[in-house]
Amino acid sequence: MSLPLRTRAVILSVVLFFAFAMLWEVSLGKGTGSAANMDPEYAALMGATAKGASAMPGPLEVGAQIWDHIMDPFYDAGPNDKGIGIQLGYSILRVLVGFGLAVAVAVPLGFLIGMSPLFYRALDPFIQIMKPVSPLAWMPLALYTIKDSIISSVFVIFICSVWPMLTNTAFGVASVRKEWLNVAKTLEVGNFRTAFQVILPAAAPTIMTGMRISVGIAWLVIVAAEMLVGGTGIGYFVWNEWNNLSITNVIAAIFFIGMIGMVLDLCLSYLTKLVTYSE
Amino acid sequence: MSDSPTENPSSASARIKVEALAQRFPAPDGDDELTVFSDIWFTINPGEFVCLIGHSGCGKTTLLNILAGLATASDGTVIVGGEEVVGTSLDRAVVFQSHALMPWMTVMGNTAFAVKSKWPKMGKADIQKHCQKFINLVHLTGSENKKPSQLSGGMKQRVGIARAMAIEPKIMLLDEPFSALDALTRGSLQDELLSICSETEQTVFMITHDIDEAILLADKIILMTNGPEARICEIVENTLPRDRTRNNMHTHENYYPVRNHLIEFLVNRSASFQEELSSPDYDPRHPPVVGPTAESPGEVRARA
Repeated sequence: MSLPLRTRAVILSVVLFFAFAMLWEVSLGKGTGSAANMDPEYAALMGATAKGASAMPGPLEVGAQIWDHIMDPFYDAGPNDKGIGIQLGYSILRVLVGFGLAVAVAVPLGFLIGMSPLFYRALDPFIQIMKPVSPLAWMPLALYTIKDSIISSVFVIFICSVWPMLTNTAFGVASVRKEWLNVAKTLEVGNFRTAFQVILPAAAPTIMTGMRISVGIAWLVIVAAEMLVGGTGIGYFVWNEWNNLSITNVIAAIFFIGMIGMVLDLCLSYLTKLVTYSE
Repeated sequence: MSDSPTENPSSASARIKVEALAQRFPAPDGDDELTVFSDIWFTINPGEFVCLIGHSGCGKTTLLNILAGLATASDGTVIVGGEEVVGTSLDRAVVFQSHALMPWMTVMGNTAFAVKSKWPKMGKADIQKHCQKFINLVHLTGSENKKPSQLSGGMKQRVGIARAMAIEPKIMLLDEPFSALDALTRGSLQDELLSICSETEQTVFMITHDIDEAILLADKIILMTNGPEARICEIVENTLPRDRTRNNMHTHENYYPVRNHLIEFLVNRSASFQEELSSPDYDPRHPPVVGPTAESPGEVRARA
């Protein structure tokens, strides 16, 4: 084979995809569904009687559903029937607001911690205890104090995004090369200019890596948070479709969640590349 | 600090006087102090090129950092142009051993960073022009927009020198600037530094391990004994004429006397200097000055 690696990888990806889809289709065992030997009432409850098959859709049904969503993403037919674009939009908005607030807090605070060994040590126990807490554990506290489910979910996003950025910023700032600081010192560069023209660019790749980790976690957490608070968002959509027993929509939603997560990560990785320097 | 880059760097204010300088660190075990060096006295006159030679661990870099204002001495003072050194100053530029360029800035950016620090009110075009002059001086014309990662080791160190020269300091402090370079690159950079410094009559204090480098560049070579408790052993005046070059200096009759004197110091005397110290003739305030020539290879000429 003299095809370039890239082409071969694409071909293999396509082959794997179709193999998976075939396996999926075959494993459903169309026709004689499990409903045949069920109690009719239970079968009705399972939504299996109509087709005489399981509610599990095949890849073609899911594909068609995804296509429908893509063709009409922004319809709004009442609180329980909104287009997937609107739901994803709510989730993205919450993630961006929570993440933006986290950047505004974590980067300056990380700077302080990284520059001051005193703060580094003093705040370390708090960070170490807070960091491993599941962000959803904050939800009841947030709901009780904020008394607003939307803001509470934004708060949960904030709290889960803050830690990776905080620790990465502090680490990046603390490990700026001594010699660069000495250059700034011998040139009598002021603190402000040193912070923005020496420390910030030197630590930027580490800070951006922290942001990339944060946005990934935030996107993981928003689905769970919206399942809890309900109302709008892709997490609520998934839970609502589960209640509707529309497995097709649940799978479609999984696909969209993955796509958006990938796009968010690509954006951050592009930004990281912009600030990365080679020595 | 002046607002125009036109003052003469070799004015009398470039005289450095080091008086009774000592550096002690708390020893890792117990409450005893470790004395790196003590009772260091010497003077660097304006326009002079002075090299400091000594083995690793005698505190050369610490001494340079104190001169730069990056470190504080435990005892003694450094007086530059009649004023005691407290902290760093734009009158003293440092060329670091590891070039210390900011990797996210271009050659021009690194130089401009220094120029902007010295003359904050200078316009963009003027900064550009001023930097260009010094980039040309170190023969990096055409590489202005390259990042340090695109440059060779020698070119990086050239940028380091351009950055230091661009702020037109009264004194340049160089910490083994060429030690990480290969012999050929080192040679050509030494030639360049020599021609730049004799053109501008720059006052320079440089640390080196390389005896030939010291003989080529220095007017005066300060010999430091081994640490801990390092002292100045001697001050060697370079008896070779100032128009020496790397290619012709070994043919001069004084070359080998100077060189042998320095090697003798590094190999034997730097370690056994404690005995010389106890001699009644030794006065740390006025270390012996020698000027080895073909006629009198090791005779003490005077006391500094």
